[in-house]
Amino acid sequence: MLFRRFSLLVYALLILIPLLVVVLTSMKTLRETFSNPLGLPADGINIDNYVAIFQEQTMAGYFMNSVIVTLFSVTFTLLFASMIAFGITRLSSWLGNIMFTLFTLGMMVPAQVIMVPLYSLMLDLNLTNSLVGLILVNVSTTLPIAVFILTGFMKTLPKELFEASTIDGAGNWQMFTKVAIPLSLPSLSATAIFLFVMHWNDLLYPLLFITDNAYKTLPLALLEFQGQYSTNYPMLFTGVIIASAPMVVAYVFLQRFFVAGMTAGAVKG
Amino acid sequence: MKTSKTIFLFFVPGLVLYSIFFLYPTVSALFYSFTDWDGFSDAFAFIGFDNFERAFTGDSIFRKTIGNNLKFMLVVVVFQTIVALAFAMILIKNTKTTVFLRALYFFPTILSSVSVAFIWAFVYDPSLGILNQLLEGIGLGFIAQNWLGNANIAIYSLAITQVWFHAGQMLIVFVAGLQAIPQEMYEVAKIEGASKWQTFRSVTWPLLAPSATIVVAYTTIQSFKAFDLVFAMTGGGPNNTTEIIATYIYDIAFRNYQFGYASAISVIFMIIIAIITFLQFKALRSDRVSY
Repeated sequence: MLFRRFSLLVYALLILIPLLVVVLTSMKTLRETFSNPLGLPADGINIDNYVAIFQEQTMAGYFMNSVIVTLFSVTFTLLFASMIAFGITRLSSWLGNIMFTLFTLGMMVPAQVIMVPLYSLMLDLNLTNSLVGLILVNVSTTLPIAVFILTGFMKTLPKELFEASTIDGAGNWQMFTKVAIPLSLPSLSATAIFLFVMHWNDLLYPLLFITDNAYKTLPLALLEFQGQYSTNYPMLFTGVIIASAPMVVAYVFLQRFFVAGMTAGAVKG
Repeated sequence: MKTSKTIFLFFVPGLVLYSIFFLYPTVSALFYSFTDWDGFSDAFAFIGFDNFERAFTGDSIFRKTIGNNLKFMLVVVVFQTIVALAFAMILIKNTKTTVFLRALYFFPTILSSVSVAFIWAFVYDPSLGILNQLLEGIGLGFIAQNWLGNANIAIYSLAITQVWFHAGQMLIVFVAGLQAIPQEMYEVAKIEGASKWQTFRSVTWPLLAPSATIVVAYTTIQSFKAFDLVFAMTGGGPNNTTEIIATYIYDIAFRNYQFGYASAISVIFMIIIAIITFLQFKALRSDRVSY
């Protein structure tokens, strides 16, 4: 029993100490970090670095880019994936299986496999340095996992409900919006959270397609701070906290949904 | 019941995007893998299997990369699975404390790889870092060193970071698996006087096999895809000792402009992932338990 408690405590400290150091360091000057790397900041709560990073960087712009890319990517992935999932459940079984296999094959191909040809395609289509380009790629590459999760769920919905609505004269679109979507809300919200975290944190596609500061998202901007600030940890960690803040706040309030949603994504992906 | 033809319209938007931005690049990766294309000029030549031959016989860095990826994978799979399972067994019940602790351990999963890379760059920092200071504090200063700069251990330092990053998520998968085991099985084992170890061996482990397969397969694939973390922490250095397949593809394509060769490595990468996925699928089939 004692050993168990001790292990739980050690693991908790392994998570907490680095995070605490990040918060404390973001409130220190660089000089103070060198003289006292792990202690409390001398001036207590000090937001100078936060002010400085907004002055030195187009932080608000990066933040907005991340918000735009994430919101549109999640919305369109969910919309198109749920349409496909609905379509699969309504098709004859062999046609449905073909579509299901076609889309879920995509889960087997890691993003790094297609990055080379995708890059030249984006150049040809003039979609580099464009938020629209990022959104299109995001939606296309996360469709497979979303289709997989949503189809699994929609297949469990009772067929009678759809049949009843056909008798009432509902077309496919009405059946989709009035029956399938409302009943799939639990699965949709879990998938949404999974996609939110994935798109918000994505580094690879911005790294490949964005060179103009005006279109950079937070993870890419953050990565480039490393070149600029080198080992100026106070500034790097200020960036880390700003970039992570929305997810952390959401996690505190929606913890259970995060754990369920992201685990579903992992297990099924 | 007849479904109206309009159902096909539901596939259109997704299928169009998926074809342009996913299927087409996947097929072109195959196509370019047989060329010497540099990524920019209009002209390129077909060179048959030369790129693949180069990868397996002529390219010592690629061989090193595979080795690095295997080391990384092995450490991550072993540690992540053991940590996740051990803590899942302690935290199996749903109480206020266990739910809180699970949420805490899960927390790093929601961070971006770049954030985790920066946090751990500070943990490992040779002069300021948490790890070296801690070691000195407890009188083990002689172990302290440059964790990411030492070519012999950098890849393992990265692997430990990856475990910190994702073990909490795998813990949740194990908790779900453990909670699905019927309590009666444990009661029977208890009545029959089984020891703790015997109970684990003959009840928990076999019934947990599906979750274990998921964890091992997911962790394996994840460790091949750890591009962001490696890219942000070491960029493949020092001396290519932390280069993994994914970062190597990026280097060949975007630093050396050998798109044809990078495509060939991508195809090899795709085949490796396909094999792992296939094995996972087979294992899950055969491990299906009923109770």
